Order: sequence, then structure tokens, then C-alpha cells
Amino acid sequence: MKCDTCDKEATVHDTVLRDGAWVEVHCCEACAVNQGLAGPGHSLNELLTNFVLPQITGEKPKPKATKARSPTCTACGFTFEQFRQAGLLGCPECYAAFETLLLPLLERAHEGAAQHIGKVPRRLAESGPAKSELESARILAARREQVERERLLRRQLEDAVKSEQYELAARLRDQLQQLLQASAASRSH
Amino acid sequence: MTQRGEHPKDKRPLRKDEAGETPRGGKPEKPGSPRNGKEAAGGPDTNGGSSGGDPGSGGNFNGFATAEWLTNAGDASDVVLSSRVRLARNLSGHTFVHRASKEDRERALQICRDWILAANVCDRIMWVDLHESPAIERNLLVERHLISKQHAKGKAATSGGVATPAAEEPRAVAVSIPDERLSIMVNEEDHIRMQMLRAGLSLSDCWRDASAIDDKLEAGLDYAFTKKLGYLTACPTNVGTGMRMSVMLHLPALKVTGEIEKVKRAATDMNLAVRGFYGEGSDAVGDLYQISNQTTLGKPEGAVLADLQDSIIPEVIQYERHARNTLLSKRRSALEDQVFRALGALTHARLIAADESMQLLSLVRLGVVLGLIPELSVQTVNMLFLMVQPAHLQRVLGKEMDQEHRRIGRAAMIRARLTK
Repeated sequence: MKCDTCDKEATVHDTVLRDGAWVEVHCCEACAVNQGLAGPGHSLNELLTNFVLPQITGEKPKPKATKARSPTCTACGFTFEQFRQAGLLGCPECYAAFETLLLPLLERAHEGAAQHIGKVPRRLAESGPAKSELESARILAARREQVERERLLRRQLEDAVKSEQYELAARLRDQLQQLLQASAASRSH
Repeated sequence: MTQRGEHPKDKRPLRKDEAGETPRGGKPEKPGSPRNGKEAAGGPDTNGGSSGGDPGSGGNFNGFATAEWLTNAGDASDVVLSSRVRLARNLSGHTFVHRASKEDRERALQICRDWILAANVCDRIMWVDLHESPAIERNLLVERHLISKQHAKGKAATSGGVATPAAEEPRAVAVSIPDERLSIMVNEEDHIRMQMLRAGLSLSDCWRDASAIDDKLEAGLDYAFTKKLGYLTACPTNVGTGMRMSVMLHLPALKVTGEIEKVKRAATDMNLAVRGFYGEGSDAVGDLYQISNQTTLGKPEGAVLADLQDSIIPEVIQYERHARNTLLSKRRSALEDQVFRALGALTHARLIAADESMQLLSLVRLGVVLGLIPELSVQTVNMLFLMVQPAHLQRVLGKEMDQEHRRIGRAAMIRARLTK
């Protein structure tokens, strides 16, 4: 597969939220770093030269010209390293300062989500340029949730049948049917 | 940081009368309520003439019974003790609490205090400066679920500045009285953590009220918020809605049948947390479990509410009721034996620890809701869950005691209460 932005072979594959919609992205390493999809310093090349090859050839890896400093929040001076130790960020601005580093962490903690959906302070809601953006994100989240619930119900149903809890199984089957009907209805709109 | 509303900006510790409460005749009208540290120290005993000699006398006990979640039963009260919604908010342009110097914390505290007391969030509000309150007052608030353990202890700044003992770090709580439904912690992990606590299964009411109070606070406080990540919190696990919804459940039958493990597994699968009576890190003593959402980003409050209130929690309630009925129909004698042994131990013990009391009370509560002990009410047992805790017990008995004396006093208090 070719890279989305240049003609090289794509080696980084990811799904990102763009303008309220999930899109698949395929990039070569250089373009991935440029787009913030992969951090520099983790390339296969570097891994080979620094760790694998020295072990085979007995050569020492070349020391880097400058040691990379832990990313720092310009507003409060908190470093990402400090965050890793404390588990807490330094100030609200840290979210922007460490955006790309925090992203995988947020997705892990929040079922893959990286976009707020929900209450908005009134002062922002009233000025509301981002309403359509939020609306599309809301629909996407609802879909995701439906899929998740369906998966869960199926598993519970299996468990119930296995453990011969037929009354419960019947209830779960009805719930599942309802859910499937509802999702079919929402798709046809 | 914007700050609206006119309010005195003095730095004196706020007294109750300034906070909108008017004590009648100079005496706090709510015996047993936590008071500001300054007033409590050396102040008159407020427990209606407790001498400590008669630990079980009713007057002492009733003073604590004003919290709404204790006095009312609410929906599904056979299984659900209470529902809670918590919102985490921070001031924009301020460092988060753990990194703030003492001066920064004082500034944030004053901004929040001035607005919370001006914003008319409830009819009557009590303000407690925790850094000026004795430990026992703070523990009382923890036991009443009005502040977290961490907030009671305080947390020293993680870097720089002059080290202040954690307990003296500027922080506070505002509590609506007498119902104790609303509490707003200031300078906990986040600048503001407000909670609504109500009896029974009532998450939608809790959310409605919490959101309304949030609107009032937002009118005068500049919250840290971005469109992408929502309400910004010190810990990324709370970012987004900053909301945690939880329900306190009594699940003794599922414990007995071993099915509680299934519930826990299912909850974990659905990204829910299962915790004990006193939240994070606490054991499920007394078969009391809190189930709460963990995901705060990408899922609107209404969806979390619908999942918990209409689907997941009713399911757990049905499981527990089913297990109770099975016990009653298939193992009635064994069940009755356990319930009445527990009641026997509680009404005859002369020394008893808090955890053992909780375990026995759990069985008694089960007996009460199944109609085996008609002379006792669920509220009496719920209340005892709280009264056997160390700080409450010492408040009832009107003095500080070591563990040994607490056990004696606890046994006497329970006995008096259950055999009245």
C-alpha cells in the first residue's frame, strides 16, 4: 500500500478523527512523523542501529548528538516525565503541550475516544461554532456504543445459555432483538 | 480568571453565620453536624446533653439523622442505599492543585469560596475550612461521604516552595444543610469537585441537580474547558465530562451465593468500577458495593446515565433480589439462622469492632428487607452503618477514645439502639 501523501510504501496505519469523522490513514514513516502519528525516535531503522545490530556485530551505538529533553509545558514548566511519575498533569495547558503523547493514553482510558461529547459551558454553547462538529461526534459515539452493547449482550446471552439460566437468556434475547431493531431503524434514517 | 459577584474578600476563616446559616440562640441547630474547626475546638458539646455515661440514649443518635439519603428510603431501597453524581472542574489559568504553592492554593480557595457562597447554590450552606479543622471533624465528614479520605488528609505540593504539612494545605468543603445532598470540595485533586448524594436509585435527579449547580458556579468561575477534551482535570482519567456517577448497593445474597464475582466481572467488562463503602481502595465491608462509570471522554452524561439507571443497575438489583428469594425459598432455615445469630451478637456483644459490626449489620439488614425482623426499619440499620464508624461513635459518646474504649462504647450504642 502506498503512503497517502507521497509515493513511498505505507508502514504506519491508524484511524483518526478528522472533522467529526473517523478516517483511515496510511503513511510512510516520514509522513507519519510529520503528521504527528508516530513520535520520532521509534523508527525501525533506529531500533536496528541502536539495539539489534550492536548485539550482532558487537559495535557500540553512536551516541546521539543531543539527549532529547522530556517535553515541557511552557505555561507551567511541568515535564511529561513528571506527569508519568505523578499521574497528574501540571495545569490545564499541559493537555495542549503533551497532546500527541497523551492521545494513546486517553484512548486507552476512555474506550478509544479522544473527543469530548457532552455538556459544554453555557458561555461556549451560546457562541457555538462547533455545534455541527459535536453533533457528528455524538452520532459516531452513539453508533460505537450500540456496537459495544450488542457485543456485550451476545456474550451475556451465551453465558446464560451455558449456565442454563433460561429466564435470563430469554430476557437478554429480547433486549438484543430490541437493540438490533433500533440500530436498523437509526441507520435507515 | 474572571470572578463575578460581590463578596467580601477578607481572609478570615469563614464562620457559619457568614455562610448563610443562622444558628438560633447561638447554638448550632443541627446537633452532630460537622462544624468549622475553629468553632468546634473547645466549643459546647452539641449532642444534646450527652455525658458519655449513657452511650445509647436516643437524643444523641437522632442528631445525625438529617442527611436526606439516611432519612428517606428512595427507589429500590431494599438494595440501593444511595446514588451520587460527582463533577470535577478546574479554574482556567491556574496550576492544578497538587502542583500549586500554598499561596496559589489560597488564591484558588478564595476565588471559589467567594463565588460558591454568592452563587445561591442552595438554601443554606455550611462552609468548613479543613486546614483549620481538627482531624475528628474531618473524619466525620469522610464517614458521612461528604469529603474524600484524601481531602481529609490533605496533600502537600509535589514540587517547589516551602513545605507545608499536608493537613494544613488550604482546602475546604461546602455542604448544603440540613439535607447534606450537595457537597463541594475545594482544592481536592481538582479545584472543584461537587457531588449530589440522594437516597435510593436516583441518578437522574442527582444529575439534574448537579448540572444546575454546575451552571450556577460556571456563571462566576472561569472553568478550564476545550471543545476537544471537555472539562480539563488534573488526572486524564477524568477529562471530558469530569463526571462520575455511582450507586451504593447492598448485595449480601450475591455475596453468599458467590455470584458477586460474576457481577464484578460483568461490570469490569462494561468499563465500570466496583468499589467498597468508602470508595477507592476500600473493602466491600458490610456487603456494600459502589458501582460507577470510568469513561468520561467521548460519552455524553445522558448516555452514562441511561446505561446505569435504566439498564445496568436494575439488572444488578434483579440479580440480588432473585438471589434473596432463592435463599428464602430453598435455604430458609440457614438464612434465618445467620440473620438471627447476627442480631443476637449485635444485641449482646460487649466489645465490638467497626468491621465486625458492619458485617453483622449487613445480615440484619437482609433480614429486615425480607420481613424477618418486622420491628426494625431499614433506616435504623442504614444509620447504624454510619454510627459504628470511629468518628461518629466518638461524636455520639461526646469524647475521644482509644480503640479499646471505642469497642466497648460501640457495643453499648448498638445494643441500646437495636433493643429500644
